[in-house]
Amino acid sequence: MKPASREFKNNASRALNDAQLQRALNTVQGGFIEKRRNAADKLPEFETLRDQARDIKNHTLEHLDLYLAEWESKATAAGGHVHWCETPAEAREAILSICKRLNAKSVTKGKSMITEEIAINPALADAGIDPVETDLGEYIIQLRGETPSHIIAPAIHVTKDQIEADFRKTHTHLPGDRNLDESTALVNEARQILRQKYIEADVGITGANFLIAETGSSVIVTNEGNGDLTQTLPKAHIVMATIDKMVPTLEDVSTILRLLARSATGQEFSAYTTWSTGPRRPGDLDGPEEYHVVVLDNGRSGMLGTEFQDVLRCIRCGACMNHCPVYQSIGGHAYGWVYPGPIGSVLTPGLIGVDEAGQLPNASTFCGRCEEVCPMRIPLPKMMRHWREKEFESKLTPHTVRTGLGLWSWLARRPGLYHLATGIAARALSAMAGRRGRLRSLPLAGGWTRHRDLPAPQGRSFQARWKSGERSMQ
Amino acid sequence: MSEAQPKVGLFVTCLIDFIRPSVGFAAVKLLEQAGCHVEVPDAQTCCGQPAYNSGDRKSTADIALQVIEAFEGYDYVVAPSGSCAGMLKKHYPNLFEDGSEARKRADAVSQKTHELVSFLYRVLKVRSVDAAFDGSVTYHDSCSGYRELGISSEPRALLATVNGLKLQEMEDSNVCCGFGGTFCVKYPEISNEMVSKKMAAIEAAGTDTLLAGDLGCLMNMAGKLKRSGSNIKVRHVAEVLAGDTDRPAIAEGE
Ligand code: SF4
Repeated sequence: MKPASREFKNNASRALNDAQLQRALNTVQGGFIEKRRNAADKLPEFETLRDQARDIKNHTLEHLDLYLAEWESKATAAGGHVHWCETPAEAREAILSICKRLNAKSVTKGKSMITEEIAINPALADAGIDPVETDLGEYIIQLRGETPSHIIAPAIHVTKDQIEADFRKTHTHLPGDRNLDESTALVNEARQILRQKYIEADVGITGANFLIAETGSSVIVTNEGNGDLTQTLPKAHIVMATIDKMVPTLEDVSTILRLLARSATGQEFSAYTTWSTGPRRPGDLDGPEEYHVVVLDNGRSGMLGTEFQDVLRCIRCGACMNHCPVYQSIGGHAYGWVYPGPIGSVLTPGLIGVDEAGQLPNASTFCGRCEEVCPMRIPLPKMMRHWREKEFESKLTPHTVRTGLGLWSWLARRPGLYHLATGIAARALSAMAGRRGRLRSLPLAGGWTRHRDLPAPQGRSFQARWKSGERSMQ
Repeated sequence: MSEAQPKVGLFVTCLIDFIRPSVGFAAVKLLEQAGCHVEVPDAQTCCGQPAYNSGDRKSTADIALQVIEAFEGYDYVVAPSGSCAGMLKKHYPNLFEDGSEARKRADAVSQKTHELVSFLYRVLKVRSVDAAFDGSVTYHDSCSGYRELGISSEPRALLATVNGLKLQEMEDSNVCCGFGGTFCVKYPEISNEMVSKKMAAIEAAGTDTLLAGDLGCLMNMAGKLKRSGSNIKVRHVAEVLAGDTDRPAIAEGE
């Protein structure tokens, strides 16, 4: 996927003026927050679980090489094939070569953000293979030719009316006057269409929520059961994972699973939690003949041992974006790449470069709500600040900002001069505002005054008054 | 001055110094009423957040050292701002290498730094104030005070003791107002969207006054309310707790 993160400001501006999008964002916004709150409140050990989950992942990341090796040997022993890929191109190649060998014409897909990261759909289409998204949200945006705008609710930016229109436009073989008023009617229609696709598919691709070192397994969680059909019916199941999905034991996964759905949707557990270890064994009633796991790095190993390592604890629950007032205002597409919201603002610069995605970690008030709800206790604001430091060090911060900041810091380190300067400025601004107490516009302050008035100073500065012995406002 | 009288260094904050000195005087009054000896060190300018949040660690550390130098002699450092107090308390130590002399000094200052209202309530055990306010207020929890310092019940408890004051909560009182320091001028449109939502929540609360503990957020919300023609008055919580409300409210004319 070609990044458009440099265009963040324009993207955001467009999103703010998109009435349809704003309607969609406003409808869903509150639901996630309240549901998570209730789920967390109902589980007395929720906060303790967060500590445990953080510790599990920290430990795993400290010994990642060992766990990856252990997992590979278990996965291989179970009859699976492991494909290590450093870049998206290598991962695409690995998947394409499996599909080609099997003469695949059609591939069903469960929800996977990593397949967005490697842009597998266009690559499959170019090779004459039809990729079919089976997650309802993914199916909708595939019809619309869009990318996900949320990591667990990919079509959150689309209203129900839009979906109805899309279905009528695409599913032309169905009666034109059918009733699609209810959401359930839409779901049933998609199900009907997908059922045939599951049967036709030669290969099924899913993501992975976890890889388990102890057993060599992969795990996915879904609410629609589409993942199960995707991975059990075709000849081959390909799991698309990254190195940070690793967890040592089944016990560890159980701990983290107790947090995942609660943080994501407020459910105690997702409807389906599907465990895969190798292909179908002799005597198994169903399952794929081949089981492949493509494990992508794409810059993640470079974050190990750095101030960004903690972000690799992420379990992609989406809570940070659900609670982010910036995400709530502009939606996911404005972020310009695969991962939106606070997690995207930290992860994206690490994966595609801070020169490409530097806008993202800057577009935050550091309100801290993301960190407050992140089940893995990832200090997201702190890491956004680290990215700003990287930008500043490598002189990516805009020249005007650097100069202004330099001047201000210089002055801030000279209290005498600072008080003189601010004292004069305070009186001048106060005089400009006169008796109104505020300014409607001010040169160089357009960013502020375009949308709000600027409260004027009360006259002399506090320091000036204090020094002249005043102990209350004169 | 008795031996037991705590010596407080008031960290005025650059915004209060520049825009609203009356909050500084209200803070002094509250601290003195609670039995403190208050001084205002000359060598203070700003806590350094503009540099810190722009990625300029070096300048931030220089400014931090200047603040530490100016304040380390006091029993307590108190700021009428959750954001600046949070900076001194939660962020200064991380600017310096573990085990270094500067880190030790930053840790020591961190230990004794407090936001004004939480200092009155938690440390000085103030349980009521001697003030009157004829009207209804709603209270916005600024992000740093709320999430970094855990301040939420303290201002409400003290406001409840102001004669005549009625507190009416707004929806989502702890959701960011969109100020975010330089954020509001770097991303004005997103900031505007955030403060517009905040304004809707404030108006829905139906009170005649809005209070908060951070001047940056207050200026943002007041600026938006005034631009939209609202009559809601905006004040720093310290002004109301100190009973100093005869001056025009923030962004209000005479
Ligand atoms: S950063 Fe935390 S809250 Fe955000 S998606 Fe990852 S685990 Fe969930």
